[in-house]
Amino acid sequence: MTRFFAWSALLFGSLYFLLPLVGMTEFSLKMRRGEYSFDAYRRVFEDPRFWETFSYSLTLAVATIVVGVFLVAPTAYWVRLKLPQARPFVEFVTLLPLVIPAIVLVFGYIRLYNTSSWLPMTGSAFGTDILLTMGYTTLALPYMYRSVDTGLRTIDVATLTEAAQSLGAGWITILGRIILPNVMVAVLSGAFLTLAIVMGEFTMAALLNRPAFGPFMQLLGANRAYEPPALAVIAFAITWGCMGLMQLVTRFSKHERAKA
Amino acid sequence: MAKDKVRRAERRLPLEWLGILPFAIFSVLFLILPTMRIVTGAFQSPDGGFTLQNLADLNTASIRSAYWTSIKLSLISAGLGCAIGFAMAAAVIFGGLPKGVRSPLLTFSGVASNFAGVPLAFAFIATLGPVGLITVWLKTEFGINLRAMGFNLLSFWGLVITYLFFQIPLMILIITPALDGLKREWREAAAVLGATTAQYWRMVALPILFPSLLGTFALLFANAFGAVATAFALTGPQLNIVPIKLFAQIRGDVLGNPNLGYALAFGMILITVVANTIYIVLRVRSERWLK
Repeated sequence: MTRFFAWSALLFGSLYFLLPLVGMTEFSLKMRRGEYSFDAYRRVFEDPRFWETFSYSLTLAVATIVVGVFLVAPTAYWVRLKLPQARPFVEFVTLLPLVIPAIVLVFGYIRLYNTSSWLPMTGSAFGTDILLTMGYTTLALPYMYRSVDTGLRTIDVATLTEAAQSLGAGWITILGRIILPNVMVAVLSGAFLTLAIVMGEFTMAALLNRPAFGPFMQLLGANRAYEPPALAVIAFAITWGCMGLMQLVTRFSKHERAKA
Repeated sequence: MAKDKVRRAERRLPLEWLGILPFAIFSVLFLILPTMRIVTGAFQSPDGGFTLQNLADLNTASIRSAYWTSIKLSLISAGLGCAIGFAMAAAVIFGGLPKGVRSPLLTFSGVASNFAGVPLAFAFIATLGPVGLITVWLKTEFGINLRAMGFNLLSFWGLVITYLFFQIPLMILIITPALDGLKREWREAAAVLGATTAQYWRMVALPILFPSLLGTFALLFANAFGAVATAFALTGPQLNIVPIKLFAQIRGDVLGNPNLGYALAFGMILITVVANTIYIVLRVRSERWLK
């Protein structure tokens, strides 16, 4: 009896999740009348704006990951090593982006950093890019911090630091060549999650008026019929790829540790 | 000598706090100041003085109904997400299903909970939209016309169905560790005392899980409440929910009063802060049981 209910719950759930995926895939192949074809994908890939926005978002994702790692790894390390009393404060701040909706944050950015303010970041395209990168770093902060902090928990930070110091290493060497390589798996899994978040992000990019992948998808969705589901399939593949890579690095590290 | 020690400790303390200075500067610039700007803006008149007029101006039929629709949407999608996610997680953990089901389900949940926004809307339009897979299939095979029956994807319930695609997986991801934390001994102890399975769930398991259930509910609520992209790509700017209204207001001041936008955003912060405070408090309480 229990098993019957268990199977029906699982079956019902799987059906709900599979149908939209089947639906979007099927629809994306229907551009040519009467037969399945990859025409919609060809149209998407032939669109120069696809490549422009895609590479723009990818660049921003890489920048976000770099900023995020440089911001989070030293902070998490320092809190663990020297400032355990700052932990509640830091953890609270890293949770804030889950509490304050992205649309509210970006509204604050626009009003705070507009052209007539003390830090006119939205005045130039490059300044806006920096602002958007910082916004994305904020969105990814809860995941990045949790991931790196969990990674740091598995290593003996204090002993590694002391050993490095007695061999004459400075702080940059310790962080870059001792700590970071040891939590590389955690950093990478945070990085892939960040990549997944940034590639599909719509609200911040749209309101800051930057040509990112999310607003491009939305624009195409408002004007075309067959390209949007093709884009959805591509976006799903990107998310799937990011999560797959995340699992892969985690599994790879378990394997390594088991061997050692 | 003791005095010397004290003085050294005093001098060293600020230096150690310097280590988190970059993080502090970042969070002040890109989290705290922007939020403060919204909060203060909500209480400012156009000439900069203090006023409660903006908040009072929120009390119009259109804005009231936007808040109410948003709250209803978030409550219902969070409630259904919790119930269905719980059923699926419990099925996999306690239902006697093959072990091989668990790991793919968790992996898929990780993907699906991140597959939100614009592409998710496209997927549902291609499936349940006017010419979507299911709509057409029901019409040609069974003669059922969803549209004539009053179903419209670009409506409240369409939005609920779409939001569930990221709400259910999030629930599965959060509740699975909690279900794993239910110790077998508790079930056995209950059985020894003569409890039925239903009694065990009602009197032992659910009270233990209650904080994490309610907490996850709060998180899902905030998750749906702040979502813009999915709704915007699905229905465009016309659906009257708060995030969409705020989006339109930021883009073009549709309310005709810039400070009303602050008040609208302040209302959103207020509601998600309440939801998340519940979440955090209950999370801390529930973690006591999971050690």
